Amino acid sequence: MNHLVIAPLLLPLLAGTALLLLRSSDTPVRRSLSILATLVLVGLSLALLLHVAEHGVQVYQLGNWIAPFGIVLVADRLAVIMVLITSVLAACVVVYAARGSDHAGRYFHILFQMQLFGLNGAFLTGDLFNLFVFFEVLLIASYGLLLHGGGRKRTRAGLHYVVLNLVGSTLFLFAVGTLYGVLGTLNMADLAQRLSAVPPEDLGVVRAAGLLLFGVFALKAALAPLHLWLPGAYGHTSAPVAAMFAIMTKVGAYAILRVHSLMFGPDAGPLAGLLDTWLLPLALLTVVAGTFGVLASRRLSEQAAYLVIVSAGTLLTAFGLGGAEAFAAGLYYLTHTTFAAAALFLLAGVLGDVRGATQDRLVAGPALPSSQLLGGVFLLIALAVSGMPPLSGFIGKWLILQASLGQPDMLWVFGVLLVTSLLGIMALARSGSRLFFKIDETASASVPPRIGDLGAPLALVIAGIAMVIYAGPAYEFAQATADQLAQPGGYLAAVLQSVAAGGAQ
Amino acid sequence: MEALIAIVIGVLTACGVYLALRGRTFPMVLGLTLMSYAVNLFLFVMGRLAIGTPPIIREGATYADPLPQALVLTAIVISFGMTAFVVILALRARAELGNDHVDGEEYPR
Repeated sequence: MNHLVIAPLLLPLLAGTALLLLRSSDTPVRRSLSILATLVLVGLSLALLLHVAEHGVQVYQLGNWIAPFGIVLVADRLAVIMVLITSVLAACVVVYAARGSDHAGRYFHILFQMQLFGLNGAFLTGDLFNLFVFFEVLLIASYGLLLHGGGRKRTRAGLHYVVLNLVGSTLFLFAVGTLYGVLGTLNMADLAQRLSAVPPEDLGVVRAAGLLLFGVFALKAALAPLHLWLPGAYGHTSAPVAAMFAIMTKVGAYAILRVHSLMFGPDAGPLAGLLDTWLLPLALLTVVAGTFGVLASRRLSEQAAYLVIVSAGTLLTAFGLGGAEAFAAGLYYLTHTTFAAAALFLLAGVLGDVRGATQDRLVAGPALPSSQLLGGVFLLIALAVSGMPPLSGFIGKWLILQASLGQPDMLWVFGVLLVTSLLGIMALARSGSRLFFKIDETASASVPPRIGDLGAPLALVIAGIAMVIYAGPAYEFAQATADQLAQPGGYLAAVLQSVAAGGAQ
Repeated sequence: MEALIAIVIGVLTACGVYLALRGRTFPMVLGLTLMSYAVNLFLFVMGRLAIGTPPIIREGATYADPLPQALVLTAIVISFGMTAFVVILALRARAELGNDHVDGEEYPR
């Protein structure tokens, strides 16, 4: 067993615990510890990614209990790329937060590290009940982070978010319980094997459990019609938290992709393609509903929240198309959209600070100091988010459209994605002109920007630009990941080999 | 016994859903609690109902499945923590928003 697999879980857990013990120490100590831990996490994730890319799927048996009796962590390509995206995003966000916005509460960094623990656990686990537990870990950390700083609107949005997710957790448990009751296992690889041989009389129950699971993940991924909680929660929280939450909808998308490809994939016999009927139409509906929100938003952070819904819809469109090519396109788009959405949230935070009392409302405000720099960064991020060439959003959308060529739903995908892209560009252009060109002389004075605050959003933009320059290798990795997903045989063999061998090594 | 337990789970869930859909935070918290009770019971029953069977494998003896019990314990701890959190959050919302409506504002009846 390679202990590198569990490192991305242990590091944030230990860092969070250390921060809890050091909670009364000076702010610089806590900040530097949190930043250091996150930077080391980036290194560890990269090392794990390179290891998995070279040596194939890595399985870590917790307590050395052989699968399917014990809980396993499984690092396949999909899991490690998600862990790497999370840690890179977290590094940028924590640097931004350490410039002042973590000051509103003492527990920001503790909750932040625990959130990373939950996220990495959810990506790496190979056990359905363990997935539930890590979902709860990342959710309870996100509840604390969401409410960070306080305020009326934030409390109200937080209450809605917490209650919805508690109901979601209950449904998740019902689904897990049903699957265990019928199939007698919770290991995802073992579940996948047993699902292909479900006796016909149990098919209805298993189908209900599978769709219940899909409903829960759809709630996390903000798939229409379960997307209405997102704008309130993301639009009213602080900028670094909203930026970190850019990965949260992707956890839902990841879970859908995992279940869709592993448990209800083409080999699942009578249950193959259980989600096919629902995924693509709902994803396209999400894109449309999100775009209406983008057009109607009155604040930049609210607009960014609706853009997260649009990106979740686009992503699930790719996953809903099915097949290795569409999965690869979706994974490339997922990486791009996480960074781009986070950059937009961070920039909205900077602009909100600079514009004084006008905040990030999309109305005429005070004349901005160094508006060329701020406007330039906004232009770059808007280009990336809306999917205009030459930035990574264009390549992502182009790959998805290419993957839909020749599919029966091609016209729907092309129509919805192209029209909503145009509307998104219009909305962002309008926001930009209101933020930077329209000046209200009577508005309260602006605050000079702290140029350093732009470092984190710029780093995320540069990550996006790197994805354009190295689009070839990035797409090759995405394709290898998609091949692994489209043929779950390798995953199953890696997890269950210990049973065949008659024991742990 | 199965029918009785099934009815209990069903009634608990139905009451939980009804209360969770109320507009005030207190009934809503009660509803969430009832739903978590229902799901805990449901998980427990998934190991099948049997009397007088220890969760130990011995030759010639029937045994109970210990895994659902472990799952229920985990689920109880998590739902307990979450309920505590949502109670505090509801209290804070009551203090900050001035009323106990989930939307933070009273609607005319």
